[in-house]
Amino acid sequence: MPRTLRGAAAIIGAGLAGCGDAPGFGHLELLAQAAHAALADAGLHLRDVDGLFTATLTDFMPALTVAEYLGLRPAVVDGTNVGGASFLQHAISAAMALRLGLCKVALICYGSNQRSTARRLITLSQSDPPPYEAPYKPRYPVVAYALAASRHMHLYGTTPEQLAEVAVAARRWARLNPMAYVRTPLTISEVRDSRMVCDPLTVRDCCLVTDGAGAIVMVAADRARDAPKPAAYFLGGAHATWHRQVSSMPDITATAAQESGARALAMAGLSPAQVDQAQLYDAFTINPILFLEDLGFCQKGEGGPFVEGGRIAPGGALPVNTNGGGLSFCHPGMYGIFTLIEAAIQIRGEGGDRQVDGTDVVLCHGNGGTFSSQATVLLGSAATL
Amino acid sequence: MFREADGHVGPDAIFRERLRAGRVEMQACDSCGHVCFPPRTHCASCGAQALSWFAIAGTGIVYATTVVRQRRDHGPDYNVALIDLTEGARMMSRVEGIPPTQVRIGMPVRAQVKTAGGDPLIVFVPA
Repeated sequence: MPRTLRGAAAIIGAGLAGCGDAPGFGHLELLAQAAHAALADAGLHLRDVDGLFTATLTDFMPALTVAEYLGLRPAVVDGTNVGGASFLQHAISAAMALRLGLCKVALICYGSNQRSTARRLITLSQSDPPPYEAPYKPRYPVVAYALAASRHMHLYGTTPEQLAEVAVAARRWARLNPMAYVRTPLTISEVRDSRMVCDPLTVRDCCLVTDGAGAIVMVAADRARDAPKPAAYFLGGAHATWHRQVSSMPDITATAAQESGARALAMAGLSPAQVDQAQLYDAFTINPILFLEDLGFCQKGEGGPFVEGGRIAPGGALPVNTNGGGLSFCHPGMYGIFTLIEAAIQIRGEGGDRQVDGTDVVLCHGNGGTFSSQATVLLGSAATL
Repeated sequence: MFREADGHVGPDAIFRERLRAGRVEMQACDSCGHVCFPPRTHCASCGAQALSWFAIAGTGIVYATTVVRQRRDHGPDYNVALIDLTEGARMMSRVEGIPPTQVRIGMPVRAQVKTAGGDPLIVFVPA
């Protein structure tokens, strides 16, 4: 297996803006604030950026819209939109461009004001729900994940309480993160007793609807050593897609994370046992359960028991979503970039109360569409090179 | 107009035209036998372009199921399910004739084409 991108590039800056409520701000204004924060973090300026990687919910040609707004004339652009996994896909694309010397400073950025404008997911997509699903009025995207949860429960005996464990773990992390949007205590019974949205998922099994923006700055590894703060090195990455609409998913309990995870880990030369923590896109509580299985942290069907007893919560054997995740930190429509930002924070040791000491290898995993797009990126400290 | 013979409409239009006539037909690959749904110009399994239409038996089992819960003023809760047809295709649909919460994975169902009001719709009832 080739390892051509292992150690090729690194994240040297990360920035957030407007996570939670940001009334009165447009998505580009939030995105730009995050971009400025990430560049300042990296000791760089907008004029240094020559590679732009972005996707938004509402721009048909996002790279062009964002380049103009930021005032960039980038040598490399990538506006690939594979849903919430886009920004991990962008990190792979950026690592390739940096390795080849096609650009020197890559900015990956996202922003949304969906909470302030609509209080729900709004996109420009005309294919959600797809034409052969739309007549049945599937509430999107939650129906797709509820169907997966129903099948996983049927096949493997996964319980609603095990789903709730994921939400409770996320909340326990969020309570350690002053930036998290929801920090009130949450119990398993409170998750189960809250309003049912699509059986078996209650409103507490579903991610937040917030505003927010995030950005990261990546440079080639040799340049990363001169950055003002410790770098998070790109160790491996891969994307996989097997379907678009959930009714075309070959096995609704098995995602293409099986493929993206295996390829990313192979590139990094790592096994799941060598991963210190995981940042897994948790749009719904069933998602981390499937991803823990598909990425190799446990066997297929064992994700429910795996998350029991606080294993992925603070103090647990495998910290997952140390910022509180999309369930409790923030979820502005597409979450992928926040997995990378939190990984960089943890690798630097800047996590404050939620910092997990000795974090050297972080697995970030993004999901897009309805389990349609899976992207895995492994990041590591300088010690992992 | 239905113009399959002269090739002026695609498989999607053919499917919908037949459905309007109350017939549910799908495509099977002449090469590998894979049943293609939604309708396609080629086999999504092996890539071959020769596909043949056939009438489905209309029988299947529930593969996955959920209940979409609604606020009372938005209407009653309803079922959304994935159905595995006997021939091998999977489709999104709903099971009617029983409360949405009573739909079970593995339940045998059979198709009905609802034509009343607007576009025809394939739904399922317990077999």
